[in-house]
Amino acid sequence: MRITGLLLCGWLLGGSCQAAIDPALLAPLAADDSEQRIEAIGALARSAPDEALPVLGALASDSLAVAAGNRLVIIDGQRVVDAATGREITPPPANLEAININNRVRRELASALAALRLFSNDRDQRLQAAHEVAAGADASLLPLLDKALAAETDPEIVGRLRMAHAQASLTSSDAGVRQAAVRTLGESSDPRVRQLLLPLTEKRGDGWVEPDGAVRAAAGTSIREIERRLAWADGLGRAFTGLSLGSILLLAALGLAITYGVMGVINMAHGELLMVGAYSTWLVQGVFRTHFPGAVDWYLPAAVPVAFVSAALVGVLMERVVIRHLYGRPLETLLATWGISLFLMQVARSLFGAQNVEVANPAWMAGGVELLPNLVLPWNRIIIVAFSIAVLAAMWAMLNLSRLGMFVRAVTQNRAMAGCVGVPTGRVDTLAFGLGAGIAGLGGVALSQIANVGPDMGQGYIVDSFMVVVLGGVGQLAGAVWAALGLGVVTKFLEGWTGAVIAKIVVLVFIILFIQKRPQGLFALKGRFVES
Amino acid sequence: MPTPLIVRFLGAFDRRGWQFAALFAALTLVAVPVMHLVVPSGSPLHLSTHFVTLTGKILCYAIVAVAMDLIWGYAGILSLGHGLFFALGGYAFGMYLMRQIGRDGSYQSDLPDFMVFLDWKDMPWFWAGSDSFIWAVLVVLTVPALIAFVFGYFAFRSRIRGVYFSIITQALTYAAMLLFFRNETGFGGNNGFTDFKRILGFSITAPETRVVLFALSAMALLATLLLARYLVASRFGRVLTAIRDAESRVMFLGYQPLWYKLFVWTLSAMLCAIAGALYVPQVGIINPSEMSVGNSIEIAIWVAVGGRGTLIGPLIGAFLVNLAKSWFTVSFPEYWLFFLGAMFVVATLYLPQGVVGLWLKLRARAARAENPVSPATKGARA
Repeated sequence: MRITGLLLCGWLLGGSCQAAIDPALLAPLAADDSEQRIEAIGALARSAPDEALPVLGALASDSLAVAAGNRLVIIDGQRVVDAATGREITPPPANLEAININNRVRRELASALAALRLFSNDRDQRLQAAHEVAAGADASLLPLLDKALAAETDPEIVGRLRMAHAQASLTSSDAGVRQAAVRTLGESSDPRVRQLLLPLTEKRGDGWVEPDGAVRAAAGTSIREIERRLAWADGLGRAFTGLSLGSILLLAALGLAITYGVMGVINMAHGELLMVGAYSTWLVQGVFRTHFPGAVDWYLPAAVPVAFVSAALVGVLMERVVIRHLYGRPLETLLATWGISLFLMQVARSLFGAQNVEVANPAWMAGGVELLPNLVLPWNRIIIVAFSIAVLAAMWAMLNLSRLGMFVRAVTQNRAMAGCVGVPTGRVDTLAFGLGAGIAGLGGVALSQIANVGPDMGQGYIVDSFMVVVLGGVGQLAGAVWAALGLGVVTKFLEGWTGAVIAKIVVLVFIILFIQKRPQGLFALKGRFVES
Repeated sequence: MPTPLIVRFLGAFDRRGWQFAALFAALTLVAVPVMHLVVPSGSPLHLSTHFVTLTGKILCYAIVAVAMDLIWGYAGILSLGHGLFFALGGYAFGMYLMRQIGRDGSYQSDLPDFMVFLDWKDMPWFWAGSDSFIWAVLVVLTVPALIAFVFGYFAFRSRIRGVYFSIITQALTYAAMLLFFRNETGFGGNNGFTDFKRILGFSITAPETRVVLFALSAMALLATLLLARYLVASRFGRVLTAIRDAESRVMFLGYQPLWYKLFVWTLSAMLCAIAGALYVPQVGIINPSEMSVGNSIEIAIWVAVGGRGTLIGPLIGAFLVNLAKSWFTVSFPEYWLFFLGAMFVVATLYLPQGVVGLWLKLRARAARAENPVSPATKGARA
């Protein structure tokens, strides 16, 4: 770690600012001997820290080369820049010989670069550098870190630097310093820090790795703290995946809950309405690709109304042509809608082929939010959760604030009485069915972002969404919401212990048992009546 | 003096019923074996292997259809879980067939191939006794029925009915399918059981074995029909139909629907298991896809097409739908789902009593046209 030491000296003396670098300083970088190169890196960083950064960066990325006359140049794509002056050389010199460095030099170079960048004016550069020094901190970096800590104001970077400082202090000979460092490291929630602390509590041969008992005890406490935080983050991550699974289930089940609530109809073709929504998304994506290639990332918002309308139209058609004529015969309706679902699947297969089609995530849905080192929430899941909340809110408003919603609730509670006071029950049926189908279409849009889009996609959700309806009880949004989220979260937590298949079986068996106890679901409509 | 049970049982079929039964027995026990085994294969009277296997398979399906009709047509309970009991019967008998392979498998081991593949050293406990034919038959008769009994007891006791019952039977079947798809469950994972070699020491692919299995299936179907006929004509059958039409009123009259429903449900499951056990040696494979959601619903469409609430209907339905299926999937595979889907819709919309109901209606109309004075024949049940 000689360079960092040298660097540090340079910094303590106050780096001098030069417009150009002395070529004599640069020349040894091209030397054959690793020792010489390491010396040169140190000298360069010490004497001209600002100018050294691009040169050392180029060396690290293998784009530093030697031109005729031992002149060092930086290759930047098509351009060739003089390393000493930073000016472009035109025409670019021929016969460039790239400088290759071995791993030892590369390691030294990385720390030197990180240390240099710790004092950069750019916040992101400093943060990046803080991450890098933390990865390989040792005692020789301590003075540098002290200085950086004194100068740093950004709380996130200060946190990083403190961790790096504590890591570097672990090798200190002073037990007090080590103990303080171990305590500081206990604040981390990084699994790597735990790996770092673990050896301190272990025995090697006859003696402990860590001779001081107090430090050992502190290390033990810190490890437990970190593990507690890791477990917490793990649970949080699971809860979030469960939540996102639950919101998918909710989107799939909301429409089903409406149609079952209003008409007492089990719509076996509901999964295929999801498929209609997903294929609509795919078609809209195709239209954007051919006609608006510049705005292709924004096809998804455009797909939302398209999917809603196309699924709703299919739903209205189903209701008018088939379901209406089977009123009061729920078992026959179940079979007829199963027939419709087979029909729709084959239509999709004939039109779009039996293979899955490719629906791309828009660029703005890529990546995620890193809450903790071991907890990243992907954007597409966050957006799906938000989307289902929005759909739920819209549906709540529709049911509770609009006239149609009032009619729907009235027919759900008592069809005959609603008809008597003038509710057009036939039209309410059609509209409610269309609405339920449209919401399934919206679910299809969401699904297209995380699952395969193909003719069979609806089949996989049909049992699950029925379970949500059965568990939640009929005719209430709250039931569907709690049931969907509960099933999602419970499934994901079980998966952690038992694996996906057993988790699913356990959940299904649980629902079957639950129904024995509460045949009307979690939230039954209250009232006294006897069937038939 | 009360009529002895055997007399009442045999009295379940009327004269025409027994004539039909005798014709059926003559066809399946004499005509088919002779035409398959004795008539040389060049002759136009020869029945091909394909015919015997296909018909044998459909005979098993017809047993399932009659079982489904007992529970759906007469008790009004639509089960979407009959595929499970069928498959369980098939698996139970398949275990025996796997053991009959002996050391002739790819790995020449005493264990079935898939266990060797999973690197298992011993058989799991539930495979104990599976090398005995008697034990296999016992398992076929008891285990699916027991599962149905326990499930039905809790479901009917909580008065789960209508679509709720359909949905949870579907969930049960789906859960079982997921379970059987796991390799670790010990039933061969998604490949299931196949490559059978022998049954009771006889080669399973020999034409004689095939004919025996075919005849057994036919006799099982006949026995199922006789039993079903006896049940629905008895006082028990009348209570069952009453439960179908107005369960609450039956309760108010002092009947306990639980035991009526539970009995017919368990019996139905047992019949399915027998059909499954006869099916597996004939088609030579059983795997978890038999428990898929779609398969169980297809059983309902056989019954719906043929005519619910009649006993000859499901038989006709099973033959019609499955013959159509084997014709379509060979000639126009891409249109089969259109046709099947249309059949579901048409049968429920326009044929509430199936083809048998249609036939009865047409005959009644013809009779009315011939003799306008006589009152319309009331929906007689075949």
